[in-house]
Amino acid sequence: MAGPKTKFFLGLFFLLFLVFLYGPMFTIFVLSFQGPDGGLTFPMNGVSLHWFKSLWEGVGVVDIGRAFRRSIALGLVVMVITVVFSLMAGLAFRHKFRGSTPLFYITVASLIVPSIVVSLGVALQFRLIDDALKAWGRENEIEWIVQEFATTMGLFTSGMGAQLTWTLPFGLLIMFAVFNRFDPMYEEAARDMGAGPWATFREAVLPIIAPSLVGVALFGFTLSYDELARSSQAIGGLNTLPLELRGLTTTVTDPSIYALGTVTTSISFLVIILALLFAWVLRRRRLAQGSDAGKGMV
Amino acid sequence: MSLRKSIAPYLLALPYSLVFILFFLVPLVLVVVVSFWDYTEYSIIPDFIGTNYSDIFGGCIAKLPDLCTAFATYLSTFKYVFLTWIFTLVIGFAVAYFLAFCVTSLPVQIALFLLCTIPFWTSNVIRMISWIPLLGRNGVVNQGLIKAGLISEPIEWLLYSGFSVTLAFVHLYTLFMVVPIFNSMMRIDKSIMEAAYDAGAGGWKTLWNVVVPLCKPGIAIGSIFVITIVMGDFITIGVMGGQQIASIGKIIQVEMSYLQFPAAAANAVVLLLLTLMIIVAMSRIVDIRKEL
Repeated sequence: MAGPKTKFFLGLFFLLFLVFLYGPMFTIFVLSFQGPDGGLTFPMNGVSLHWFKSLWEGVGVVDIGRAFRRSIALGLVVMVITVVFSLMAGLAFRHKFRGSTPLFYITVASLIVPSIVVSLGVALQFRLIDDALKAWGRENEIEWIVQEFATTMGLFTSGMGAQLTWTLPFGLLIMFAVFNRFDPMYEEAARDMGAGPWATFREAVLPIIAPSLVGVALFGFTLSYDELARSSQAIGGLNTLPLELRGLTTTVTDPSIYALGTVTTSISFLVIILALLFAWVLRRRRLAQGSDAGKGMV
Repeated sequence: MSLRKSIAPYLLALPYSLVFILFFLVPLVLVVVVSFWDYTEYSIIPDFIGTNYSDIFGGCIAKLPDLCTAFATYLSTFKYVFLTWIFTLVIGFAVAYFLAFCVTSLPVQIALFLLCTIPFWTSNVIRMISWIPLLGRNGVVNQGLIKAGLISEPIEWLLYSGFSVTLAFVHLYTLFMVVPIFNSMMRIDKSIMEAAYDAGAGGWKTLWNVVVPLCKPGIAIGSIFVITIVMGDFITIGVMGGQQIASIGKIIQVEMSYLQFPAAAANAVVLLLLTLMIIVAMSRIVDIRKEL
């Protein structure tokens, strides 16, 4: 097809592209081990864990540890919701139902409507809810609303909702790709053997699509963990890690920000590797158990 | 049983739909509604006025041919959209072409494809920050150029400039081109390309007359993604532009920080309409649903 010369140049181009992708990431990884007297750029002034320690002790007024834990917690919740809701919706889309076409277009629209617009909309909505609640509290003289209530905005209300509009479409599109390639024969076989709808799903469908669900989970967690644009205006008073990080880019002028980069990127990589491994194991196990004839009870 | 069967899809789609009604549709409607509201320094007031819109382009026509702030901002945003689109398209196409047609072993193909996608699952802000030690005043590039004797003074426009903004966009979003174009390429029947060769078409001719037309859907999807992301961006332009470069998204963000919600909403509606126009133009080329 492509001549050897074309192949060579395209291969070289691809290699350069990988350097372009990973080079900068690798640079800050190296620089995060900068010596205590080192600066934001090369040369390395010795090698140390100094900046990780200073990160641990806190950067300025920002409590990195808290922001970090908030991001992980939100990521996990968004992950579970993304997997469950897009799996259910994916199953629904295998049948014809009224409203399926609009729902599909809304899904695509959610991916391409600029994030700042979604963020603004969610923020507006919660602000109007707050205003309404406060007015209602004053009218009916409900003490705790008048005295204590501040806002309904928060990590697990507006912030989570804004992030779901970004993670769920990816989840559903993956489910489409999965079910487009799914052979209904397996379900028919299960039904023929007397399995009800739930047993058919659990025993026949779920094991086959499990590796793809791990993929959806990976999208759900990492997209939430790194999400910034949609939650930026809608997160309420307590920031997630990416939001704190964006603030730090203008205030922190020492390598501790690289150390933070190394830590978050390592976590992303760890999650990716775990997910890929898990998906691979699930696939292997299914292939190995393709037929259990003669194996007796497992 | 048949009743259960007929309502099952609705029940299954319900949670998913509710999320989008609550956090997408209603908020979008509110943005449109509130864009016609009035506001003071500390509150927003239900109303039906057009001043938020006329404020955006206030005096723009009278000022012509000089550009008012709004026009200048839109133009600057379009500039980044166009530059990012061209670069991601060319680079993305070449990368996808290599993966689809030059790599013949499936496991290698999957491994290389994964290698391209992994950065997508890491933090965008970190990926932006990682350019600082390379492009800064005393960064790797400047040090290298000085050592090589090519320049005597460090180049200032490498970081916190239009250059670094464009570079970061290309760095972050080329993947959005690679994936759909790669997807289109994998569907091309290789015998068609061979037939073109056999009929005497050269490499470029085959590329232009066979591969590119068959990749149109992938190109359109990738383009829609890249264009809409850059159109509404305020984070990359903020971080990589040293908070000095304006964009439509940044206007909205700044207005929100001053709690001028109706003004921000009006800007958001204009942004949304512009984005919609581009998508409609693009979707004439492609039926997205067929591509999955």
